[in-house]
Amino acid sequence: MSSEQLLDRARQLAEEAERLASESVRLVKEAAQSVTTSAPPETTGVDPFIFGLTVLVLACFVGYYVVWRVTPALHSPLMSVTNAISSVIIVGALIAAGPAETNFSQIMGFCAVVLASVNIFGGFIVTQRMLSMFKKKR
Amino acid sequence: MTENYSAILYLVSSVCFIMALRGLSSPDTSRQGNMYGIAGMVVAIGTTLALPSVLSYEVIIAGIVIGGAIGTFIARKIEMTALPQLVAAFHSLVGLAACFVAAAAFYRPEAYGIGQFLAIHPASLVEMTLGLAIGAVTFTGSIIAFGKLQGLITGAPLVFKGQHALNAALGILLVALIAWTVSDQTQLGFWLILILSLVIGVLIIVPIGGADMPVVISMLNSYSGWAACGIGFTLGNSLLIVTGALVGSSGAILSYIMCKGMNRSFFSVILGGFGGETDGAAAKSQGDKSIKSGSAEDAAFIMENASSVIIVPGYGMAVAQAQHALREMCDILKDRGVNVRYAIHPVAGRMPGHMNVLLAEANVPYEQVLELEEINRDFNQTDVAFVIGANDVTNPAAKTDPTSPIYGMPILDVENAQTVLFVKRSMASGYAGVDNELFFRDNTMMLFADAKKMCEEIVQALN
Repeated sequence: MSSEQLLDRARQLAEEAERLASESVRLVKEAAQSVTTSAPPETTGVDPFIFGLTVLVLACFVGYYVVWRVTPALHSPLMSVTNAISSVIIVGALIAAGPAETNFSQIMGFCAVVLASVNIFGGFIVTQRMLSMFKKKR
Repeated sequence: MTENYSAILYLVSSVCFIMALRGLSSPDTSRQGNMYGIAGMVVAIGTTLALPSVLSYEVIIAGIVIGGAIGTFIARKIEMTALPQLVAAFHSLVGLAACFVAAAAFYRPEAYGIGQFLAIHPASLVEMTLGLAIGAVTFTGSIIAFGKLQGLITGAPLVFKGQHALNAALGILLVALIAWTVSDQTQLGFWLILILSLVIGVLIIVPIGGADMPVVISMLNSYSGWAACGIGFTLGNSLLIVTGALVGSSGAILSYIMCKGMNRSFFSVILGGFGGETDGAAAKSQGDKSIKSGSAEDAAFIMENASSVIIVPGYGMAVAQAQHALREMCDILKDRGVNVRYAIHPVAGRMPGHMNVLLAEANVPYEQVLELEEINRDFNQTDVAFVIGANDVTNPAAKTDPTSPIYGMPILDVENAQTVLFVKRSMASGYAGVDNELFFRDNTMMLFADAKKMCEEIVQALN
């Protein structure tokens, strides 16, 4: 085999390898796409909705028993504190406002962060104001 | 791994919120409970900020500072009598925030891992649109409630023909819109759901009268929780689901307690139309009956010589800001050896527990403030019942007259006291539009004046 033939063969091999590599990249991309679009992935077993539902039902029971124990005198602070903690929706707002680039969703997120913050600060402070009045007198 | 860490921190935060509500079982532990709530919120926000996808800290911190400053300012300035309005206004913000988050998730679902734009997983889209709808209803509903409580719009129920049919039709249309949006993944559907829900929010609150406001506020409280819950499902975030469920059930229980306090079914409150319509005929027909009206000096004399007095405050006391003058009056009576206690009806005021807060603000020790079941039997052995700014909650017609709109409502039995003193501005009927036969009894004395002025005059007379 002459060196020229050898070189030719090597070049052919290199081209083949390059083609295979690009093919494999394409396949990987395709696979990744199918994983992200096919919801939920079969490996997780339980649907996230069922998981959420479990949490919801159990939390409702906790809420039921805890709230019935609240003394009627403190029903106003109960309302303002539940109002404050329902602003935990700020978690969703922060994720929306998070990305570095500015777009519609980020602006929506920012607005939600502002509103939820009004509620968080306002709710906890007004609750604290009310509760400080319920101190034992003398 | 980081996802597991943040999930655990979210769990810590959920437990803190449960502890916050748990603390409210007694005034002594309540302040500690509020601290748990704040801690839970700090953990939740801190954890979210540490997520790798959250990068624009400047924007976020600016948002928190702006919102925080506004919230702090309002919460410090607000008068305790205006508490119901404040809570209604805050509910509207939670509702609007839920709408914004739903919109953000709809246009950038990748950020939450729930699919691509206009190719969102159907389950997530159902949850998202539900969160959006409940949030929007909470938003406009709370604004209307705020307007009614603040007196910007009339507290009288607004009813028109075909109202229930219209609401039902809109409700069905909403369900259809959600189904269409989910199956066709359309932007138009998303925005139509928003608009329709905003309209429904207005329509379900306008027919509800002023006296039913405690139920409305509790109900909106509940809605704001369910909105958070819906968003929690969309994001697959158990913290939001837990918190939403806590708030939702809390609001639902308060609504139930308020309904029971008025002996009305939840549905009759929702359907509205109660209260505000002044029943002119019934009020006029009593014209010939005689009433006994007295002066501050008379009242001072009677109470000074009594051995026990029970104060029954109502919304009128809040309106007149009479709680401080009232406490001053009671202090003098206590110094003279009179046993003074306070009786609170579950629906006194415009939100659950409103009277308790006002009395606490005026430095009344909470041990002397008793609930209906605790004190009702004691009216028999009481010399004077001093009713200030309350009316319907003392009306014996609730027990004796099956035709009365308030029949069956639990009342404070002030009629059993030796003498009943009624502080009232005029003979106008209460919110239920029902006449109170107590006014015409022999052992009743009417004190016609502004509640605050009357208390001040009694204090002068006592000195």
